[in-house]
Amino acid sequence: MFGRPSGGGLARGIAMGYLSLIVLLPLGAVAARSVDGGLAGFWRAVSGREAVAALELTVIVSLVVALVGAFSGTLIAWVLVRDEFPGKRLISALIDLPFALPTIVAGLTLLALYGPRSPLHVDVSFTRVGIAIALLFVTLPFVVRSVQPVLMALDPEVEEAAASLGARSSQVFRRIVLPSISPAILSGAALAFARAVGEFGSIVLISGNRPFRTEVASVFIYGQIQSDNVSGAAAVSIVLLAVSLLILVGIGYLGRRAAKDADEE
Amino acid sequence: MRKRIVLALAALLAIAGCGSSSGSKDSISLVAYSTPKEAYADLIPAFQKTPAGKGVKFTQSYGASGDQSRAVDSGLHADVVAFSLEPDVTRLVKDGIVDAGWSANPHKGMVTDSVVVFAVRKGNPKHIRTWQDLAKPGVGVIEANPFTSGGARWNVMAAYGSQIAQGKTDKQAQAYLGALFKNVLVQDKSARDSLQTFAGGKGDVLLAYENEAITAQQKGIKLDYVIPDQTILIENPIAVTKKAGDPAKAKAFLSFLWTRQAQRIFASKGYRPVDPGLVDPKQFPTPKTLFTIQKFGGWKPVMVKFFDPQKGVVAGIEQKLGVSTGG
Repeated sequence: MFGRPSGGGLARGIAMGYLSLIVLLPLGAVAARSVDGGLAGFWRAVSGREAVAALELTVIVSLVVALVGAFSGTLIAWVLVRDEFPGKRLISALIDLPFALPTIVAGLTLLALYGPRSPLHVDVSFTRVGIAIALLFVTLPFVVRSVQPVLMALDPEVEEAAASLGARSSQVFRRIVLPSISPAILSGAALAFARAVGEFGSIVLISGNRPFRTEVASVFIYGQIQSDNVSGAAAVSIVLLAVSLLILVGIGYLGRRAAKDADEE
Repeated sequence: MRKRIVLALAALLAIAGCGSSSGSKDSISLVAYSTPKEAYADLIPAFQKTPAGKGVKFTQSYGASGDQSRAVDSGLHADVVAFSLEPDVTRLVKDGIVDAGWSANPHKGMVTDSVVVFAVRKGNPKHIRTWQDLAKPGVGVIEANPFTSGGARWNVMAAYGSQIAQGKTDKQAQAYLGALFKNVLVQDKSARDSLQTFAGGKGDVLLAYENEAITAQQKGIKLDYVIPDQTILIENPIAVTKKAGDPAKAKAFLSFLWTRQAQRIFASKGYRPVDPGLVDPKQFPTPKTLFTIQKFGGWKPVMVKFFDPQKGVVAGIEQKLGVSTGG
């Protein structure tokens, strides 16, 4: 800590001012809007059966997507860092494309590929599986991109030493590699979760938006706005944000513990 | 350093301030819902060829009707607004952007008409002819979600009204809506999305507007459409705003849209002309029973009774369906 340059008053001022303008003020406005109809109105909006169903579906699907993404993302990062194969650079560059593709185009494409006229004869459209696939697509880069640099920075000598002492490769992975990359996996998974919770464009076509079955929170909220119930929409958003915050704090805690464990070993 | 930041911030604010430009002479900013976009692509050049439209420049913005109306309500500049249904204009009247007398003209503020039809697969393999057919077991219906899509509310009122027109009671007609929604496979967020879903192979019948079905056919999408014996007359409003930079030109544009020439252009894109004398019965057959939203007292009471997101009839139906299927 000694001698490390600190932010200083000016930098802190700019950071805080920026955060206020770009994040805090809008979030505050949403919170203020949510109680336009009083606390009773807030409660009515968020306790409606359709709202609860949409919130539940969103949180559960997003958690599943974050979990699957954690595994598949780690695997992809591993292959990209440790394996050599033709076209590796190209594939590595492709990873970020789901971010660049407009989400509504992603939704259309997935519907064409995995919908009723699927050329692969896989029809998951208008089901919860379809929602998960759309979310896996748009959140793919998070875990890959957070794990990749950590894997590259790992000192190969440690693994070699472990192997020379007789550790099997699965042991090396579990004991040496995993503890070092798990904070990165968790932070990537947290980002994926947060993105999945708020996602709209890629889901709105493939989900079919059937209330109680495939209607996610963002689409439900959109419906409230279109029905001139803006305060109801804000109320449901606030609950969604609160639940997400809770889960993100939980993931953050796991991440910090994993980082501490890695330091101690 | 500090000074520079202050300057940068000031510049940012200045840019933000320029965002909502106000109107100017000899230009019309048209904010409209998305379906008539292609019609306006022909109508605007035609207007510019008339003496009144000479040299008038246009800026255009298209999007979902409710979104567009809300954008204008929050400050997007518009000289002329065109929406898919009247409540989107009423919102602007409430906030003083459109004059309360906007509909005091021979066509009551409506620029185009259409009717709710059944779009079916080519050759109509499931023989869908009547509203009753839509509620039969095994028929898959595609319909946009009436809470996200203002336009989908026309479909619901057509379905409800068809039952009333056949002598059913309010209760029986509501029960019919329940049976119909049981068959709804997908509730897309907009009418355009549901056309996409239907074209993608889902469902047997799509509740659509006649003009959308005609446009889809013109674009080569394989479908037929059936005009049911009882249906609703869809009426699309248009209005000049009070903020119009050049009100005379904006009004001249509206007058032009009601001319025979402009109504013919609308008709070529599938819209029914608002002047009954111009409706070609071969292109636009008259259904046996055609009713308007006035049959139910107009949009104001209909919005409360049917589409209140918490207490409306449709919200109740969605809830009942959701609970009975176990969510």
